Amino acid sequence: MSVTDHAPAGRHVGRVMRRKEDPRLITGQARYIDDISLPGTLWASLVRSPEAHAKIVSVDVSEAAARPGVRAVYTGEDMADLGGPLPMAWAPPGVEVANPEHWPLARGTVNHVGDPVAVVIGEDRYAVADAAEDVIVEYDPLPVIVDPEKALQDGADAVHESLGHNKVHEWSLGGGDVEAALADADVIVERRVVNHRIAGAPIEPRGVLADYRAGSLTLWTSTQVPHFVRLFMALLLGLSEDHVRVIAPEVGGGFGSKLQVYGEELLACWASRKLGRPVKWIETRTENMATTHQGRDQIAYTKMGAKRDGTITAFHVKIVADFGAYNMLLTPLIPSLGAFVMGGCYKIPNVQTDIVGVFTNKVPTDAIRGAGRPEATHMLELTLDAMAHELGMDRLEIRRKNFIPAEDFPAAVATGVIYDSGDYDKTLDKLLEHFDVEAFRREQEEQRASGIYRGVGFCTYTEICGLAPSRVTGPAGVGVQAGLWESAMVRVHNTGAVTVYTGTSPHGQGLDTAMAQIVADKLGVDPAVVEVVHGDTATGPEGRGTYGSRSLATGGEAVARATDKVATKAKAIVAAELEAAPEDIEVSGDRFSVRGSPDKGMALADIAGIAYIGAVPEGLEPGLEETTFYDPENFVFPFGAHACVVDVDPETGKVKVIRYVAVDDCGRAINPMLIEGQVHGGVVYGIGQALYERVHYDEEGQLVTGTFVDYALPTAAELPSLETDRTETPSPVNSMGVKGVGEAGTIAASAAVTSAVIDALRPLGVEFINMPLSPMRVWEAIAEAKGGAA
Amino acid sequence: MSGTVNVRLNVNGVEHELEVEPRLLLVHALRDQLGLTGTHVGCDTSNCGACTVHLNGDAVKSCTILAVQAEGEQVTTIEGMGTEDNLHPMQEAFWNNHGLQCGYCTPGMIMAASALLTENPDPSEDEVRHALEGNLCRCTGYHNIVKAVLDAASKSSAPEVSV
Repeated sequence: MSVTDHAPAGRHVGRVMRRKEDPRLITGQARYIDDISLPGTLWASLVRSPEAHAKIVSVDVSEAAARPGVRAVYTGEDMADLGGPLPMAWAPPGVEVANPEHWPLARGTVNHVGDPVAVVIGEDRYAVADAAEDVIVEYDPLPVIVDPEKALQDGADAVHESLGHNKVHEWSLGGGDVEAALADADVIVERRVVNHRIAGAPIEPRGVLADYRAGSLTLWTSTQVPHFVRLFMALLLGLSEDHVRVIAPEVGGGFGSKLQVYGEELLACWASRKLGRPVKWIETRTENMATTHQGRDQIAYTKMGAKRDGTITAFHVKIVADFGAYNMLLTPLIPSLGAFVMGGCYKIPNVQTDIVGVFTNKVPTDAIRGAGRPEATHMLELTLDAMAHELGMDRLEIRRKNFIPAEDFPAAVATGVIYDSGDYDKTLDKLLEHFDVEAFRREQEEQRASGIYRGVGFCTYTEICGLAPSRVTGPAGVGVQAGLWESAMVRVHNTGAVTVYTGTSPHGQGLDTAMAQIVADKLGVDPAVVEVVHGDTATGPEGRGTYGSRSLATGGEAVARATDKVATKAKAIVAAELEAAPEDIEVSGDRFSVRGSPDKGMALADIAGIAYIGAVPEGLEPGLEETTFYDPENFVFPFGAHACVVDVDPETGKVKVIRYVAVDDCGRAINPMLIEGQVHGGVVYGIGQALYERVHYDEEGQLVTGTFVDYALPTAAELPSLETDRTETPSPVNSMGVKGVGEAGTIAASAAVTSAVIDALRPLGVEFINMPLSPMRVWEAIAEAKGGAA
Repeated sequence: MSGTVNVRLNVNGVEHELEVEPRLLLVHALRDQLGLTGTHVGCDTSNCGACTVHLNGDAVKSCTILAVQAEGEQVTTIEGMGTEDNLHPMQEAFWNNHGLQCGYCTPGMIMAASALLTENPDPSEDEVRHALEGNLCRCTGYHNIVKAVLDAASKSSAPEVSV
């Protein structure tokens, strides 16, 4: 973090500030879902399929139901009164999307290992787990579909018999004429880029507690989207939305995996209404790995064309996206998010993405940190590296040559979106201030001489985030069946304390702090007296949640605008009190004062006193509270330049990250410490995918990586300290000039790591390698390049 | 349901006598019977370390031992470390260094890290990284956690200064 971070807009914005969230978290006082209990709570345990694909012949619940402490056992047939199946909220105009029914408890067939068949509800957490073991399910196995490319072949067995095939949809986005441009290109490179399946794996698994009483439903759930969950609980249970309250308590990480409407949420609510008791279910890690939606799982065929001088003229990719067994909330949309930035930060006039979605007998995929954009960046950056190699150009030189120049912004690109702002040379220059390429090359030579294969990888990226605007994302645009605006309500209390309600639902990002900093400057108060409230549908306006790096650029801007409205009213009150014109009132330090007369002023507490207790000036309503719904004009497009250095042991194939340098530009900083933290976590998320993590299903559709023993999250011991820096190129989209940063590190990192491994192994003849770069995979690549039998 | 047995534990300096199933995990005794919900559960396999507590001063994963195994022992949980008004130096260091985001792994991290400093008051970065190998964090990339632990170590090894 730069010590020169300054606070241009006021006393707090732009400054490092310790988080307001932390005291409750570091003392064990925070309340996560499993920390909440209600009198009379019943526990639920699910009976899940051990088969990847099978007909359910019979379910015998008698023994389980007879066990002491068991109150009820339900199967799919018992839930016939639901208003409909679990939702999928994407309806792209003019595109047909196959969408088989998906129920909280399977009806007739199971389609992946972990698919729930029955639920046991009883008095005690341990008792229901025991009883679930006694539910006898007889299965008649069906053919198992695991390979998404084979699943698309004629005559392939179908995951959903009623559908008769496995194709979910086809969707394309492009601009220019890639075919013509490829025909004209001097050089063409092609790659098959596999972006394997990963788990979101927040350390807190999912969990729900539903309490239906006196005609109203309260649901506590570990979610990123409480308002979406409320809407669907109301619709599917036939309840009026105003009688449904959804609360996201402290949420222990999400990474997209809690951007969902899950069957267990609906099941607990339904069962609570049926039994007249609160019903609680806490996911085990084993269940999390087998049932919580996963991410990536794309096979891309890339084709890039260039002139001999290194000008990229075309990029065409065909993606086979493995969606698993069902469409969940946004499953088929996810690869499309990458398509918008398939040209990356390069001026490529012809870009085309063609996606085909496929059902297989695996857990559904959906949004996981980056959602489509890490995949797009990975395939683009590695294909670009290959092109540089083909042309005999330096990897950074080909990037510089093709960067969209700073003067082009706002820049309309071939995919049809307008990049808001960018200065790609600036971030790369800054990266190279930290990373001396010449010195590295010398070091690399020396290391090779002693048998250590060291390589550097680079990734220069841009991404699309701040999810909004509704015009583009909504029903008439891309087809998400929800406007993606954001709301905020700012309430000044009698004493001048401030409560901010945001429709976002942060779960670790530090928005309580960042939003308090924004509000504090605008109202002349200390962030300590600004309480940020979120994740409870009963406390503020309708909201849209936290995902897609939207909570600052869209949610924070909504807060800023609501606060501006409050300030405007406050100024009117001050103006009347001090007999000045409202336009002459400004916030200066901790007071609203008359411009030019800083001694004449009023603190927010005095203004609130007039608003609530005294008499407001004529023409004003009492009170000091405002609400805003903000729908931006455009997305925001953060960007950056990352470098990764790895050592590869050619004998064992083991890869070690030696150094990682990240320079990111997410517009104006509200709190640089929070940005740095997001970059650290994002980068390690990408390193994890590149080197260690892989959700693996065997040929029978059995999940091999069902626990943290088999699914290797990175630990502190594998990683170096990370080097980070920033440039600041403000976004013109919002008043604060901010962009998002929650996903940026992840979007850049897997490409940087993979590029580094290829660089390390080039002397051994390795030209390309697909993730995960496990010792076995790397060793095989080396053996293959040497021409020897692996 | 199996029969129950009595177990005596000293938790955060307070003596408790609990009636538990013999198979009850220590973490569930702490959370469900004593209401000490600061200790978390993140996996089924003793990998994540979110449930780390001190047993007679040593860091242990409370999902890996039974309540009955802690009979007569001293257990310290995150609630016994420090309060908001009187933070333990490791808690303070996590706050100062942005060593947490969602906070779910944090109590376990603080317990593991403080046990490390008891054993090794002046660890190297590498020693900190290896000592925390059994505690998973998905948010921070560990960078600021390591920084926090080194910061706490440097402060505790510095000469006492009265404030």
